Amino acid sequence: MPDELKVVGHSVPRVDGPAKVTGRAPYALDLTVPGMVHGIAVRSERAHARIVSIDVEAAEAAPEVLAVVTAASVAPLDVRFGHVARDHPALACDRVMYHGEPVALVVARTPRAAARAARLVRVHYDELDAVIDAETALQDDAPLLHPDRVAPLGDAGLDAGAADLTGNLCAESTVGWGDVDTAMAAADLVVEGEYRYPMLYGYAMEPYNAIASFEEGTLVVHSTAQHPYMVREDLARMFGLPLARVRVVVPYVGGGYGTKSYTKVEPLAALGAWVTGHPVRVALSVEEAMLTTRSDGAHIRARSGFAADGTLLAREFDVVMDSGAYTDNSPVVCAKLANRCFGPYRVPAVRVRVRSVFTNTVPASSLRGFGAPQGALAGELQMDEAAQRLSIDPVDLRLRNVVAPGEEILPRKRGIDADLAEDLRMLTGSLGWGGPSAPGTGIGFGLTASDAGAHPTSVAMVRLHADGSASAAVGATELGQGSRTVLSQIVAECLGLPFDRVAILAADTGATPYERTTGASRTTTLVGRSLQAACADVRRRVREVAAEVAGVDASAVVDLPAGVSVGGERWDYAEVLSRWFGAGGELVGVGEVRRAGEFQAMPPFWEVGASGVVVDVDAETGVVSVLQLTTVGDVGIAINPVLVHGQDLGAATMGLGAALSEALVYDGEALANPNVVDYRVPRSSDVPDRLELLLVERRDGIGPFGAKGSGEGALNPIGSAVAAAVGRAIGVFPHELPLTPERVWRLAQERVGDVRT
Amino acid sequence: MSDTTTTAVTGRINGREQTLQIDNADLLLDVLRDLGLRGAKPSCEMEVCGACTVQLDGLPVSACTTLAAEIDGRDVETIEHLDADGTLHPVQEAFLRHSALQCGFCTPGMVMTAKALLEQDPDPSREDVVHWLEGSICRCTGYATIIDAVLDAAEVMRRAR
Repeated sequence: MPDELKVVGHSVPRVDGPAKVTGRAPYALDLTVPGMVHGIAVRSERAHARIVSIDVEAAEAAPEVLAVVTAASVAPLDVRFGHVARDHPALACDRVMYHGEPVALVVARTPRAAARAARLVRVHYDELDAVIDAETALQDDAPLLHPDRVAPLGDAGLDAGAADLTGNLCAESTVGWGDVDTAMAAADLVVEGEYRYPMLYGYAMEPYNAIASFEEGTLVVHSTAQHPYMVREDLARMFGLPLARVRVVVPYVGGGYGTKSYTKVEPLAALGAWVTGHPVRVALSVEEAMLTTRSDGAHIRARSGFAADGTLLAREFDVVMDSGAYTDNSPVVCAKLANRCFGPYRVPAVRVRVRSVFTNTVPASSLRGFGAPQGALAGELQMDEAAQRLSIDPVDLRLRNVVAPGEEILPRKRGIDADLAEDLRMLTGSLGWGGPSAPGTGIGFGLTASDAGAHPTSVAMVRLHADGSASAAVGATELGQGSRTVLSQIVAECLGLPFDRVAILAADTGATPYERTTGASRTTTLVGRSLQAACADVRRRVREVAAEVAGVDASAVVDLPAGVSVGGERWDYAEVLSRWFGAGGELVGVGEVRRAGEFQAMPPFWEVGASGVVVDVDAETGVVSVLQLTTVGDVGIAINPVLVHGQDLGAATMGLGAALSEALVYDGEALANPNVVDYRVPRSSDVPDRLELLLVERRDGIGPFGAKGSGEGALNPIGSAVAAAVGRAIGVFPHELPLTPERVWRLAQERVGDVRT
Repeated sequence: MSDTTTTAVTGRINGREQTLQIDNADLLLDVLRDLGLRGAKPSCEMEVCGACTVQLDGLPVSACTTLAAEIDGRDVETIEHLDADGTLHPVQEAFLRHSALQCGFCTPGMVMTAKALLEQDPDPSREDVVHWLEGSICRCTGYATIIDAVLDAAEVMRRAR
């Protein structure tokens, strides 16, 4: 670590640690508002049906009930939301589109009274043909789920794919260059296959919840939102309010991982408050949360053409995403999947088509990785399959094709700001690749690069107080990633202050400056940069007022740690403020990042994924045990190394869940496993004893001090890595996750009967 | 109109005897949270995630599936009691040293489970810790730092005796 950095680069303790270990850290679920009442949703028991009528009289007459809210009861208010296309009604209007969709909201004085009354609401349905499977939904004779299409909002910061959509297409994205057909025809080897990545539930442990009230004409919402400014826009549209009159406040959040991106229950709470005049809490159970958002499952058909020496000649991907009942974020995931599936390789000819498809299932939105894990399952596994068939080492095969530092992965996008070849060598070295392996074990690894950061709009404010301490106001949410700690470190470093003289105020759209999202691993990099700019701005103010007080030219004032030199004399910040204001006061600096200058090229940075595993497969039971996990955190600089380790292990563990046990399963028209017993996430015994969390610090990022983001990268290749490792252990590469014991056992049995080898 | 009846129960909550008029259907988790003790968190509501773990007569229980009526004549301890004397419990200190938390939603339950373990077995093996934490889900950390923290706390507590 270069010794000019005092705070950055050190694993300072988390600022939220003491509050969290004592149980005193407030989450939205822990807040109460005077006069607060409770809303519970009545949910559809049909996958696709016209609503004939809703009988609410019995529920409204029940004890302690204040109101039963339906889309019809609040007309002409338009209850639809959506940041890409406004097609998702907070309460079903004339039709229900999936089993579990909210149809009515019962508001009562206690949660129990609301729950009792909710059972008294009778919904009469006229059933319609439902389509649960995405492939079926693409057929010509499939029921049309959105006959009256809602035009996209046209947000310039969202890559939402094609506009001319027909049938049940929610979105379509294509990427391509070169002559794929000719290249494939000339290839010495074409690897072809179908791959399936499951639909997942992120299971952030704090289920979606919100409290909404109207105060002095302002809609005030406390919620679990990851992106409060996006939620603010949805609510402003719904209630016809200016942005200034919608305030979304996000306290600590019990897990995000993308599951809390975009609007969830905030409109329900707001509608309850709008009707009753009381503050209304809507707090979902885990089962209800599972009926609210999931990730897009993907069926991937892929072909990769190689020369005999392992050079990639062409890649083709045709992907169908099951995106559920409404648009939500699937178009963006669709575009990202298209960008990410062919990998960080030099490919002369590429043809990718990703289709996001409406079905009568829980609407899909975002989840950690955002298309990358789905794409990598096919893209990386085909590298392994090709290596095997060409008798080339899979590391060498990748090294032959991987992009060099600065090289473009996508035409006209930012060149890669990483040394992937070196990352891959570190990864496979740690895994013991090339050494002896025990029978029944296998090593697998993968390499990904994600166009991360999202649209780079970030605004930050720094206030220098009369005692020389500083507080920063940022719109980023603290989801557990440690953003308040890292951002405090950046401010302390920039102003030359000790860490404990800095505080962060975060995520209150009524008080903190605009932050586009807390996602795409962008906070350290982009908020960090806007905060750096704000610190530079307040330092400029300090020099300006010091010069004026001293009666010297501004050029005679020079920055020092925690103060300035005025003609050779040291004034600390408190002294500058005291001489300027006489009593009290503060100096304010603002900074911003926007898509211009060095941030013009997209993406703002590439997020590297280089992860691998060593697994053991029990031939008799099909049980896969992970013996070792290695991640390579190629983060430019680790502003707080322990927190980066936390992101990498956490992300990789989530990837292990998808690889080995997690999948949402539809049984007919309803979700078969909407609970944490039947949907199994990793437990303490699932994490391997051998963990190698490597850090690479080449200062090659656009963020503060050369930082790049982390948080998704370590997850993205895990599914493909586990599949490759299992494949090497049992002799056949699996193409479908999760690798449950039954699936692995069956594959191994097929292999026994396979005579082609 | 209510389809349940109420009962007066007397139990010790965090060392203080309290008599509460509770609905027979009330769950311990809801009663505790209504009392302002919001460290224990509701999540799975099926006794599998451990976020609502409190100690009942020293044993870790899921408050989400424990009837409040069951505390009659018994001792309940919640996360809020651990630093009642102004100092953190060694398990809490160890969680901070190891950065064994991220979002923090599971942390109170993890800490209470670990504390109960160390009260039963002051010298657990790594396998023992993993086994005890199997009923506590953490979605953020990947567990390793939590396991390290519990083992470290055990050692600190052994040395302090």
